Amino acid sequence: MSAVRDWLLDDSPSSRLQASLGRTWRSFSALMRNPLAVAGALIILALIVMAIFAPLIAPYSATGQDLANRLMPPSAIHWMGTDELGRDIFSRVVYGSRITLMIVTMVAVISAPIGLLVGAISGYFGGWADRVLMGITDIFLSMPKLILALAFVAALGPGIENAIIAIAITAWPVYARIARAETITFRDSEFIAAVQLQGASSARIILRHVLPLCASSTIIRVTLDMAGIILTAAGLGFLGLGAQPPMPEWGAMISSGRNFILDQWWVATMPGFAIIAVSLGFCFLGDGLRDVLDPKQRDGR
Amino acid sequence: MNAIELTHLDIAYGPTRVVHDVSLAIAEGESFALVGESGSGKSTILKAIAGLAPDWTGEISVLGSPRAHRPDRGFAKSCQMVFQDPYGSLHPRKTVDDCLAEPLAVHGLKGRDGRVKAVLAAVGLDQRFRFRYPHQLSGGQRQRVAIARALMLEPRILLLDEPTSALDVSVQAEILNLLKKLRREQGLTYLLVTHNLPVVSFLCDRLAVMRHGRIVEVAHVEALKRGALAEPYSRELYAASGGTLQPA
Amino acid sequence: MTGPLLSIKNLTVTFPTPKGPVDVVRGISFSLGRERLGIVGESGSGKSMTGRSILKLIRPPGRVTADEMVFDGIDLMAESERRMRALRGARISMVMQDPKFSLNPVMTVGEQIGEALQTHRPMPRRQLRARVLEMLHAVRINEPDRVADLYPHEVSGGMGQRVMIAMMLIPEPDLLIADEPTSALDVSVQAQVLDIIDELVTGKGMGLILISHDLNMVARYCDRILVMNGGEIVEECAARDLDKARHPYTRGLLAAMPRMDEDREELPVLDRTAWAAT
Repeated sequence: MSAVRDWLLDDSPSSRLQASLGRTWRSFSALMRNPLAVAGALIILALIVMAIFAPLIAPYSATGQDLANRLMPPSAIHWMGTDELGRDIFSRVVYGSRITLMIVTMVAVISAPIGLLVGAISGYFGGWADRVLMGITDIFLSMPKLILALAFVAALGPGIENAIIAIAITAWPVYARIARAETITFRDSEFIAAVQLQGASSARIILRHVLPLCASSTIIRVTLDMAGIILTAAGLGFLGLGAQPPMPEWGAMISSGRNFILDQWWVATMPGFAIIAVSLGFCFLGDGLRDVLDPKQRDGR
Repeated sequence: MNAIELTHLDIAYGPTRVVHDVSLAIAEGESFALVGESGSGKSTILKAIAGLAPDWTGEISVLGSPRAHRPDRGFAKSCQMVFQDPYGSLHPRKTVDDCLAEPLAVHGLKGRDGRVKAVLAAVGLDQRFRFRYPHQLSGGQRQRVAIARALMLEPRILLLDEPTSALDVSVQAEILNLLKKLRREQGLTYLLVTHNLPVVSFLCDRLAVMRHGRIVEVAHVEALKRGALAEPYSRELYAASGGTLQPA
Repeated sequence: MTGPLLSIKNLTVTFPTPKGPVDVVRGISFSLGRERLGIVGESGSGKSMTGRSILKLIRPPGRVTADEMVFDGIDLMAESERRMRALRGARISMVMQDPKFSLNPVMTVGEQIGEALQTHRPMPRRQLRARVLEMLHAVRINEPDRVADLYPHEVSGGMGQRVMIAMMLIPEPDLLIADEPTSALDVSVQAQVLDIIDELVTGKGMGLILISHDLNMVARYCDRILVMNGGEIVEECAARDLDKARHPYTRGLLAAMPRMDEDREELPVLDRTAWAAT
């Protein structure tokens, strides 16, 4: 183990692979020294494990109804009680993690690259390209996220895929803004001038030299935004515009539980706890990542 | 054929003109210095030649062919630049190897491994530095990497923008020796921008003294060594650096 | 007023790093009268840290220890942060490298100089203004009345540095620490600024510590020189005896500088293996 560690921390790596692994290892161990980040990472890890092994973890089916046992309070048999159709809430929360994970991943995969690219192009070229792209970005930014998402879902029709698209469309402008601000700080720097002088095309400079530098601040922001994405998805679900019944989406579960909130509090509360826990997990992890990755905080070498 | 020829060159940054009517001819194999204080326009001329200050009128020709207003691929192979700040001229997230291999990739050149090794050896950097990141290098080592990068495409002209002014005296000596050796070995043409007259005395054949965007005097380096510069401003500059021998 | 103005024994400055604590200054001792002392060294030699530790400006996690650090009878090591604040500026001042970063961009030059005095010695407005103009005049600013109302971005680098000096000297301190006061300036302005410092320091009989990487400059403006390398003082000599320096490091530094009438084919390079690895 210590041999591997020494290999990773070698000051003069002997291959490309060793250099990049060493770098990753350093960031990773810095992250692991941050207790909040570890807590966040553990929560996210638990979410992922839960999503992958849902059938093994969940004691009951997520959709199987048992009307004889409806609205049972939490007990040894049903850890989180049952809902109005007698479905085991714990099982539904476990299966719901798949939906939540899919939503955040898809939204991140769609919106982060779009935002990065728009921001980097806008910041790198400046001039009219900047004005046009940032104008569009500002239009999106000026509208409240949930309302915009609602409008899109209303236009596209309710459903989980459309909810993902709608959230992605509302999420990218922030990343574009961040990437643009980052790009402008080093657009005129000498290392960019040096690649220009080597005859590299603008596309190459943006993709290979500009984007890697914007990536870390975007990753941080995306992680911090995950909580917001989950909440927006839950909000859409709550309004009946996201995942459709009987899918065990957490927001939709809260929505259906609100009719019984006074007498059968657990129906709405249990998925609520899940949302809070996962949101917090992403926030903690994001904060930790910022401490590790943010060049502005590390430059004080 | 002249390596660099400037004819009636005017350069502007936005609305202000910073260089006025500069004409110069630098022979191939020559080492020429532009000296002056901050704001004299000396770095701007370098940037215009490189294509980084596109707003100019007049003529710039490099190795006989006229320059465009932007960097281009053909020009990249004949002329490269070394920047002043060794901390700002290397991409912070790329290893030395990435940085040196990039020009080869841009031009689709083969034999990347061998060339990187050869150029590292040429600038006096041990092979174990090859996969380090810039933050794992000292200022002098970074400047060696920057010089190595400029040499990757085997250019005939190097534009040097205050290459040693951010370095310690002892490191400056190493880099100056390196530049002198490379020029001798590869027959390079240097256009050096600096405010440091002793560096000119060590590295250059001729110099032009600049002030407020104009050339005040063009002289042979012997005139500098003897303290026999003609123009009053040049003499003033000489006196101010005389005996002080600023390393930075 | 007997004994030295400043006396330092076994000063050590330590910074923790992931690989364990590193001493950037290693047990140096020196004393200073009302004279001009130069501290020369390359980056990482600990020269700036020495200057800062006298003012106790080393921030945690950096740690300063010393057997003795006495300024004019005051034990600096034992002073509280509050008492140090009263001392800084009033009795010991510091001029930093770049005026751009040391001046407050939203206050006029005159206000800043005035404030420097006002903090330590409250006085009526009119008198304050008069003192400020007098001080600007002393740093050879031609139209003090006009310059006093300018903002820092409206003055040139050389003038900015003169303003800094005015600000630092107006409370009439006993010791001025100048850390690379001219390395951001053009050569022709450097001499002016140093002449002003020199004139004011000798005129008022203050102590001066001039910290720089430039051996020749320090030799010209100081009485005594300390050469630092790797956190240690490797050579101490009178400024006029610099060419007779003994230590190989000092000699190496002197030789590595190109001269105006350079005819050497190659500059001699320091053999770093002989000293602490940097």
